[in-house]
Amino acid sequence: MRVTFTVNGRKQEADDVWEGESLLYVLRERMGLPGSKNACEQGECGSCTVRLDGVPVCSCLVAAGQVEGREVVTVEGLADFAKQRAEKSGCASGACGTSLQEAQQWQSKPADSQTGENTDLSPIQQAFIDAGAVQCGFCTPGLLVAADELLERNDSPSDADIREALSGNLCRCTGYEKILDAVRLAAARGENQTAGQGA
Amino acid sequence: MAGATRTPTNLTQGGKTDAGIGASTLRPDGTLKVTGEFAYSSDMWHEDMLWGFTLRSTTAHAEIVSIDTSEALKTSGVYAVLTYDDLPTDVKNYGLEIQDTPVLAHGKVRHHGEPVALVAADHPETARRAAAKIKIEYRELPVITDEASALAEDAILVHEGRDDHHIGHVPHPNIVHRQPIIRGNADEAAKKADVIVSGEYVFGMQDQAFLGPESGLAVPGEDGGVDLYVATQWLHSDLKQIAPVLGLPEEKVRMTLSGVGGAFGGREDISMQIHACLLALRTNKPVKIVYNRFESFFGHVHRHPAKLWYEHGATKDGKLTHMKCRIVLDGGAYASASPAVVGNASSLSVGPYVVDDVEIEAIALYSNNPPCGAMRGFGAVQACFAYEAQMDKLAKKLGLDPVAFRQLNAMEQGTIMPTGQPVDSPAPVAELLRRIKAMPLPPEQQWLAAGEGADVRALPGGLSNTTHGEGVVRGIGYAVGIKNVGFSEGFDDYSTARVRMEVIGGVPVATVHTAMAEVGQGGITVHAQIARTELGVEQVTIHPADTQVGSAGSTSASRQTYMTGGAVKNTCEAVREKVLERGRVKFGTYHPAWATAELLLEGGKVVTDGGEVLADIADVLEGEAVDLELEFRHRPTEPFDLKTGQGFGHVQYSFAAHRAVVEVDTELGLVKVIELAVAQDVGKALNPLSVVGQIQGGTTQGLGVAVMEEIIVDPKTAKVRNPSFTDYLIPTILDTPTIPVDVLELADPNAPYGLRGLGEAPTLSSTPAVLAAIRNATGLELNKTPVRPEHLTGT
Repeated sequence: MRVTFTVNGRKQEADDVWEGESLLYVLRERMGLPGSKNACEQGECGSCTVRLDGVPVCSCLVAAGQVEGREVVTVEGLADFAKQRAEKSGCASGACGTSLQEAQQWQSKPADSQTGENTDLSPIQQAFIDAGAVQCGFCTPGLLVAADELLERNDSPSDADIREALSGNLCRCTGYEKILDAVRLAAARGENQTAGQGA
Repeated sequence: MAGATRTPTNLTQGGKTDAGIGASTLRPDGTLKVTGEFAYSSDMWHEDMLWGFTLRSTTAHAEIVSIDTSEALKTSGVYAVLTYDDLPTDVKNYGLEIQDTPVLAHGKVRHHGEPVALVAADHPETARRAAAKIKIEYRELPVITDEASALAEDAILVHEGRDDHHIGHVPHPNIVHRQPIIRGNADEAAKKADVIVSGEYVFGMQDQAFLGPESGLAVPGEDGGVDLYVATQWLHSDLKQIAPVLGLPEEKVRMTLSGVGGAFGGREDISMQIHACLLALRTNKPVKIVYNRFESFFGHVHRHPAKLWYEHGATKDGKLTHMKCRIVLDGGAYASASPAVVGNASSLSVGPYVVDDVEIEAIALYSNNPPCGAMRGFGAVQACFAYEAQMDKLAKKLGLDPVAFRQLNAMEQGTIMPTGQPVDSPAPVAELLRRIKAMPLPPEQQWLAAGEGADVRALPGGLSNTTHGEGVVRGIGYAVGIKNVGFSEGFDDYSTARVRMEVIGGVPVATVHTAMAEVGQGGITVHAQIARTELGVEQVTIHPADTQVGSAGSTSASRQTYMTGGAVKNTCEAVREKVLERGRVKFGTYHPAWATAELLLEGGKVVTDGGEVLADIADVLEGEAVDLELEFRHRPTEPFDLKTGQGFGHVQYSFAAHRAVVEVDTELGLVKVIELAVAQDVGKALNPLSVVGQIQGGTTQGLGVAVMEEIIVDPKTAKVRNPSFTDYLIPTILDTPTIPVDVLELADPNAPYGLRGLGEAPTLSSTPAVLAAIRNATGLELNKTPVRPEHLTGT
């Protein structure tokens, strides 16, 4: 079958999709977007987390056909997504919130260079690097999508809030301490920025 | 082979990051990893590639009567179906130390999930469905599942006709290796004991549960060879095992490390490497294999489950008199790393304590259980769980504080190990214990902190809302452990680094090329730091790890910062000397300091140790590069004597201590770990941020095996019952407590920069500390990991 949906603001089309294929498979193997990860393919680890019409989902559990005509944001589009949200609301951490409608209407800008240090990152991506929250990095894309969504709804989450929001994302390397640090850091930077703007 | 590919690339760091060793510089691969661009082994892609699938045995022990692949071959989209009969040469087995593992089963399967046939097809689902059409007729055999069945008079031999180098000294062919250690006279010393305690302990089978599944891409070359992109812990060890079974010389199997999604020991053994190459060479097309989680549980070895018997004695003033122990590790169907695990289990079985009179025996069994091998802590973990339980029992019986009792018997620099080897660098065991004890305790009843009734998220059971504090009891436990660093027992353990220094665009840059497997630990971060420190450059490029450079040894045994870090340092020093030689020739006549002063490279310049600038590196090199590849070795070790266990077997020791604070819902048997405090000596923290990350991660894996992680193998059928993340639980962020870390830096004079390998020690003492805390809360004996609710409620 043919499946057409919007990924990171661009219309994408996949042909000859077998009915049993997951959204994760189509993203990774048919659309050249391997950022969403395949750690368990059974909805337990959260490494494949993407936003589907704004809602975080395990893309391994979503049949590709279910996504027809809908909007998907993956880790590859997270920086652009956060940037546009910030431009709209003056709040880069996402802490000021995005409505479902806004999330659905989001469009990406042209791709950034991928050369490394000078890539434009969203606040949560930068915080993960700065806090040492990345080791092997296989859980990172899913955690970033989940943490970004948390900060979008809650600009100053308590530790208990962070733990609850990220409890669907397994990490085997870090012991989670530096992941908590990263989310706290992104939230604190968001507050500073908001305060600096007098908002 | 032409065509579009997605494969690993160089990582260049500079400009924003200019710090050398000792600074918390950030990962050079960090940006790629947070943008989703980092190319993991499961992300490899090639135009026209096929998908491979492995058909595995559905039974643990059986003769293969027949295999019929005809229906599978007829499936549209299928390019190849391979069985044992299709293997191209006389070499059909592989293995880390003993080549006992068939590439594909021949005549017999020895464990549940053993590879029997391979399929390549144009879609992974097509390959899976075709594999399901392969008909295999099995004739079931009795299963060997424990020591009693392995050594029974009529026991079937798991491997007949063994001719490996251990068969001569093991008491039974179903024992892979046996290592006794006898020192002093334990029976005689026992007479001095005022108290004697003994115990039997059971350690469950733990899985590494790295998140990136076994995967990779094999691309057939025009020369009849193959290019293999794969996630592994040791490229050259893989190569040695892969090339012979493909019938290719090693230079025709070109391996490149692709992104590794964690390892923890589970990638020391071959998984899909050979299978993907066989399919690629047969079909002459690139072949990708990606395991799903179910298959991953069958696709790698696990941590050895163990039964341990211990006896300790002590005088009434708290001095240990003697120790006797027997450790039985279940190695499963194939040897993997079992012999080395036995060596560790026996030589580290006393723990970080002074005991002069010991009688130790460790063995690993062959059985029909899943093969077991390397996992973080490697033989030292199981022993630590048991000897630390013994320490608490002794302290209790003597009426002594458990920390004070441990400190009284703690080893220190100069202590003689049971192997007769002196501990010849700092061993701050008592100090580590002092530090964790001195850390402030988390406040009581934190669930009331918010002041609006109980926050159930801070209680055992969490959002299941099973208690608001009723029946919840706090407990505190301590533990300390000892781990060896590097490959032991006389192994020629070396690493290689190639370093190139040149001037590009007027700026001196260094390129570091090693075969070290970066598995997440941050080795590449440290390599860039070392190059900056030694060569005075800002910009460092890390070349992808491959087999075009010499071996880096394994990313295991806490050895890579020591060994490949040491190799990078060593090669950088030689490169620096070459640069200075050129400088002396070119500029020596202009300034006497070229001949007389100690010279360094700093900030792109040659400077004296007094800080005087002599020349720009750019002017010294003048468009030429210095490029060297050198090997680095740690000090030699020797094997343990097979009868007495005596020998200078280990390179270095590593120590960590934990304090666990738990809260237990005693009515429901639910445990919440509130805090796991760690103190560890790392010799020198090359990158403090990464050091703390390693310690917290290792601690959490120890927590997992304490309260939730276990691969359940049916004792009647030897079949794995829980091969999924639904049924095999690893700690989530809700299960993991705060982990305060106290890092000591007492230099080891034998090691590069004085550093001490650190990745494994925190996995040792974490588990017994949690167990001790639960015992402290409940008063129960608890001799098994993981602790389950029924162990606490007696139901």
